Amino acid sequence: MKLKRKDLLSIEELSVEEISFIIETARSFKRVNERDIKKVPTLRGKTVINLFYEPSTRTRTSFEIAAKRMSADAINISVSQSSVKKGETLKDTALNLEAMRPDCIVLRHASSGAPAMLAELLDCSVINAGDGMHEHPSQALLDMMTVLERFDSLEGLNITIVGDVSHSRVARSNIYGFNKLGANVTLCGPPTMIPHGIEEMGATVEYDLDRAIRGADVIMMLRIQLERDRVPLFPTAREYADRYGLNLKRLKGAKEGLLILHPGPINRGVEISPEVADGPYSLLIDQVTNGLAVRMALFYILIGGPSESEHEAEEPDSNGKERGTA
Amino acid sequence: MKLKSLIRTEKREAPPDEEHGYKMKRLVVKGARVLDPATGLDAKLNIIAMGGRFASIRPPHEDDNYEGAEWDVVEAEGLLVVPGLIDIHTHLREPGFEYKEDIESGAKAAAAGGFTTILCMANTEPVNDSASVTRLITKRAAAVSPIKVLPIGALTKGLEGRALSEMGELKDAGCVAFSDDGMPVKDPAIMRRALEYSTSLNLPVISHAEEPALTGGGVMNEGVVSTRMGLKGIPNASEDVMVARDIALAELTGARLHIAHVSTRGAVDLIRAAKARGAKVTCEAAPHHLTLDHGAVVGYDTFAKMSPPLRAEEDIAALHAALKDGTIDAIATDHAPHSSIEKDVEFDAAANGIVGLETALGLTLGLVGDGIISLAQAVTLLTSGPARAMGINSGTLKIGASADMTIIDPDMEWVVEPEKFLSKSRNTPYGGRAMKGRAIRTIVGGETVYEMSAEG
Repeated sequence: MKLKRKDLLSIEELSVEEISFIIETARSFKRVNERDIKKVPTLRGKTVINLFYEPSTRTRTSFEIAAKRMSADAINISVSQSSVKKGETLKDTALNLEAMRPDCIVLRHASSGAPAMLAELLDCSVINAGDGMHEHPSQALLDMMTVLERFDSLEGLNITIVGDVSHSRVARSNIYGFNKLGANVTLCGPPTMIPHGIEEMGATVEYDLDRAIRGADVIMMLRIQLERDRVPLFPTAREYADRYGLNLKRLKGAKEGLLILHPGPINRGVEISPEVADGPYSLLIDQVTNGLAVRMALFYILIGGPSESEHEAEEPDSNGKERGTA
Repeated sequence: MKLKSLIRTEKREAPPDEEHGYKMKRLVVKGARVLDPATGLDAKLNIIAMGGRFASIRPPHEDDNYEGAEWDVVEAEGLLVVPGLIDIHTHLREPGFEYKEDIESGAKAAAAGGFTTILCMANTEPVNDSASVTRLITKRAAAVSPIKVLPIGALTKGLEGRALSEMGELKDAGCVAFSDDGMPVKDPAIMRRALEYSTSLNLPVISHAEEPALTGGGVMNEGVVSTRMGLKGIPNASEDVMVARDIALAELTGARLHIAHVSTRGAVDLIRAAKARGAKVTCEAAPHHLTLDHGAVVGYDTFAKMSPPLRAEEDIAALHAALKDGTIDAIATDHAPHSSIEKDVEFDAAANGIVGLETALGLTLGLVGDGIISLAQAVTLLTSGPARAMGINSGTLKIGASADMTIIDPDMEWVVEPEKFLSKSRNTPYGGRAMKGRAIRTIVGGETVYEMSAEG
């Protein structure tokens, strides 16, 4: 099987078969990472550019190592938002990079839809490494992979996502992914963090964390941004930790064998207490390990084909809408 | 069908007459259905203009004789003639942003859209907050515009919302209304003073009703679509609270308040109630808010980014109801030309607004075709409605008035081709849309300023 797309822009656009295929492929690459010699020659001669418009350590490193383990040449470009203001446009940057014939551009950008714009513009593959508040598909894939290591299937599992869903691309990707694989998704947080109409994406909203924990098989805690808005989303970090933080006392009401995920980086003592983060149910480290495997799989699937002309003939991304020539 | 537009701006000489020197120029538009809802006219009539003014509007008669060199005869059998269309909300970008549009290109685009009079907003560079800028616009328009261009002066200096502009001087220079359009007037005390002051000039104040703190960096309507797309939303309340504020201030001061581009069900309810109380409040809606909902943004199409944003279906339904019951006085384009520099970027970074002059009539006639409003209502909303809202003495076929009229082929089917726009900009979400009904000739002061010719 091969993906019928040149880009990975969102989980929304993926079919269940595609998701399963990516995770299956990632499993085999995970074994590569456990070997003594962790490098395979699969993508020798391919070039990957990590184009990051937002600061990131974890995701960027993960994509970089993934490319290198596959023997691709990986180049990192970090652009600070301030230099963008006076510098060239995203479109011009992308066209310049494409002129150097990369096989894949991994883009992180603060504006939702920026990867879709690039994908429409460029012949090379584009992987969305997080766009604004929209999606972070590789994160959701690694989350699904991590849960599937503990459960045979996601069918009927109760998964609770806690925190600032409103600003979270991780939450959006996971709502799509978990739903597609048959899980029941509950969202929890103060109403200021639960956006308008989110239920229509396939989720139940529960404002009370104790109730949201009860019956959950998996809890995903989202990172709380302590200074995000001009108008804060909650009164104080103390009150947030008290009402929406995960601690051992709260977990007394939880199901046996509960799993805890967090996309990182964590705020210890705010959304998650140290005892829980380091505790036996926590899969935080597994997530990082699987993240590497998922990204290797994505490179393999998107650019590992015999020739690059192959995907040029394919349909452009289904996310990109036709627009006038401005 | 390929369409080619012809623009004639040069004045044609009247034929010489040996006995009387120059004979007065005469125009007859023959055999059209003449529809002027303001006067209740709807019949097959001949319209005769002399010296650029309406001379007579009467049923065709067998004794009619329009032969002679002085007659300009327009055969209009099967066509519709209405008073010249009026757009009270455009951005012509001159001075300052001529790469997007200038007075000449904007006015020509307007003529091609059937408009004979347009009002242009003050957010130029420099801002139209002084008589010298107003005069520059009117002089330039007199030289290059085939149609009437009436400037709107800034309400506050530099559109900054701090100090009132010299509204009296602006009026004397030719401004017909005041607005900080694009920038809401944040401080309610400034808005109160501006409204109060405007009453002595008896000109309307146009409010871009938006509470900036509630918009707070939003880039599209707040709702299901913004949630899915991960774009920051602008709630309806951002418009509603400002409309409520400005109505209260208009009632306090007795000023004439006009609400620009209403987009929410809450806003039309507030305006309807204010009108029922007798407040001097009028409002307009833009064609895009009547025909597109926030779903148009899917795919991060920056041509669907505007302020106020495209709203939900329920809002469109409320706007349609308000068109029907007369709460909305005018359809106005908010013609906002932008180049690829502003639009071919990330959605968050893209400028607000679309061009509208060359699609407004087609979209409005589409509302008629869909049974939402009657043809007479559509014509009112583009002629006497906006004229009354702004206090402009036009928008109807009055004997003795400037012979401004628009000849429409109501059955012409055409497709929007942005690359053929006369506007310098192409930022429209309607590219490729099928339309029915189009202005085929625009006449200002008895002169044809636009004529569409069909080429097979």
